[in-house]
Amino acid sequence: MAEIVIRNLRKEFGSFTAVEGSSFTIADGEFFMLLGPSGCGKTTTLRMIAGLELPTSGQILIDGEDVSQLPASRRDIAFVFQMFALYPHMNVRRNIAYPLVSQGLGRREVAAKVAEAARILGIDHLLDRPVGGLSGGDRQRVALGRAIVRDPKCFLMDEPLGALDAEFREHMAQELRALHDRMGATTVYVTHDQLEAMQMGDRIVVMNHGVIEQFGTPRDIYDKPRTLFVAEFIGSPPMNFLRFHGAVAAGATEVAFHHIAHPVPALREAFAGDMVYGVRPEHVRLADDAPLRAEVIAAEYLGTTQIVTLRSAAGVIRARIASDRAVRPGTSAGVAFDGGRVTLFDARSGRALRSAHNEGVLGHG
Amino acid sequence: MSATSPTEPGARLKLVSGLLVGLYALITLLPLLWIIATGFKSSADAIAYPPKLVFEPTLEGYVNLFTTQTRQTPEMLAADPPTTWYERIVSEKGMVIAGPSRFGERFLNSIIIGFGSTFLSVFLGTLAAYAFSRYRVPLKDDLLFFILSTRMMPPIAVAIPIFLMFRTIGLSDTHAGMILLYTAVNLSLAVWLLKGFIDEIPREYEEAALIDGYSRFHAFVKVVLPQAATGIASTAIFCLIFAWNEYAFAVLLTSGTAQTAPPFIPTIIGVGGRDWPAVAAGATLFLLPVMVFTILLRKHLLRGITFGAVRK
Ligand SMILES: Nc1ncnc2c1ncn2[C@@H]1O[C@H](COP(=O)(O)OP(=O)(O)O)[C@@H](O)[C@H]1O
Ligand SMILES: [Mg+2]
Repeated sequence: MAEIVIRNLRKEFGSFTAVEGSSFTIADGEFFMLLGPSGCGKTTTLRMIAGLELPTSGQILIDGEDVSQLPASRRDIAFVFQMFALYPHMNVRRNIAYPLVSQGLGRREVAAKVAEAARILGIDHLLDRPVGGLSGGDRQRVALGRAIVRDPKCFLMDEPLGALDAEFREHMAQELRALHDRMGATTVYVTHDQLEAMQMGDRIVVMNHGVIEQFGTPRDIYDKPRTLFVAEFIGSPPMNFLRFHGAVAAGATEVAFHHIAHPVPALREAFAGDMVYGVRPEHVRLADDAPLRAEVIAAEYLGTTQIVTLRSAAGVIRARIASDRAVRPGTSAGVAFDGGRVTLFDARSGRALRSAHNEGVLGHG
Repeated sequence: MSATSPTEPGARLKLVSGLLVGLYALITLLPLLWIIATGFKSSADAIAYPPKLVFEPTLEGYVNLFTTQTRQTPEMLAADPPTTWYERIVSEKGMVIAGPSRFGERFLNSIIIGFGSTFLSVFLGTLAAYAFSRYRVPLKDDLLFFILSTRMMPPIAVAIPIFLMFRTIGLSDTHAGMILLYTAVNLSLAVWLLKGFIDEIPREYEEAALIDGYSRFHAFVKVVLPQAATGIASTAIFCLIFAWNEYAFAVLLTSGTAQTAPPFIPTIIGVGGRDWPAVAAGATLFLLPVMVFTILLRKHLLRGITFGAVRK
């Protein structure tokens, strides 16, 4: 088990930069998520940690040892590939045993470890089957078996649930997380699915275009996004963004747009120019006496809550409210925001302005 | 009719297609069967008209193929009666066996040169194809085109320069020379075919092996090669068929020691009249090795011939 430190990691493919100066630390035993849209450099980052790709510059430390230039075979890590990469010419038992054979373990020891891994994953009955006929979930388990059988320093997983059916994914995600909690091994998990990342991760790095946008716990990333990109990427339905032009002073608790003052957490910096007022749907209230008037366009019933879509002078707003409240499309309603949870962004750079709400996460830089 | 599903052909269609396939097989196999049958006919039966479909089989053709014979007077034959079945066959024509013919040697040469060059082509081809497929090779596309271009010249156009080169460096009429030559010709085919096959093997398999603590060479041998078996088998068959049947270079560059079977078989015709059964026997034996080799590899071949089209 090990701590992984990434320092100024950079990877160029010819003139194209896939990863730009990433730095973060993955704590020992952590379930760590690398989250971002397709093509943002997640796989490239993971492959550099694994040693399948050498960084253009920067350092990777596993357990305090600089492994940046070490070949994959000498890093003592396990990797679960997106398509599992089970050796098709070997049966399940030999697939799982294969990493042990390279360590020169004795026959009996190998058999015992394979049996143990198979028991943990519940695939004892599959050991003598060829991998060709296995279901997606069982292939996934065999791939995990090949990873855990060796007791490596850390597990790296590249969208391991991506190849599974949606219904099965949920189940496998729980199984994976339970497995991690039992083994306590440092795990780096790549996904483009924000829900998966929020559900499973201890901490998350959000990447976009090779750049790290934010790094923190799921709660911090959801509540206190550092950038517009993170705010938009995380959460479903996404955060409401109301664009306006204006100026705010440090210490202000209100911003005015479309002639109405809206509450914000006490600001810690002044700003003038194009801004975005970001508010999550669950922090939008329907209040008959609110000055911001809107027309109800649609209401989407979700069981305990409903998503109400409204059109106002400030733009389209979506609210998540209790489903017992009757809302009819075509009617008019007042809209109010829960000011303490709002984030203001600089519209041009996408940077969140510091406020009483998020300064703990953004720091004082 | 309404009971058959749209994807299941009806019984009548099955019958018609079965007949067509049968007819096609008969047409293509007939010359082959004819050659095999002729090998077991007597000289008279072989040229009988109308052709005899039913005949008394004899091994005369095979005996003639493997031996040289001289005419003998009846008195001498009576004084020294034949002791073996093949001496008896020969003595019935008033001949005795003078010694073995050169067919055995030529056949062995074909085997050594054919399989030797096939092995070398596939061995070197696999290594080169793997490198082209997996590594960043400078000028990769140009090199690949260059390799292919060596195949564009008809053999007869380069035969004379090669003949002169071989004579200068002492490779004419040697096994090594012919193996080298056929390897050089086959290598472009081998590299291109095998690169296609190896390209289709996902890199993740090797990467998984690297991460599991194996060297790249080990990953190549234990993970890539088994999955390239299909491609290697079909490439080997293509190479063997070329080297086995090659005629132009063989005529020009070999005469004695290293002569292969293709230039030899026609010479049987000239020895002591038109001995068709012996020629047919030679042709039949000549067919065998490629047939056996193909049958041995057929389990890999079926998928291979489609060039991996059905694999995902
Ligand atoms: N070997 C490579 N050569 C050139 N470009 C590459 C290579 N690998 C990845 N890339 C590019 O780098 C970017 C990031 O890729 P990747 O890390 O696979 O993204 P992700 O896993 O986040 O979807 C993509 O634009 C991809 O096209
Ligand atoms: Mg990826």
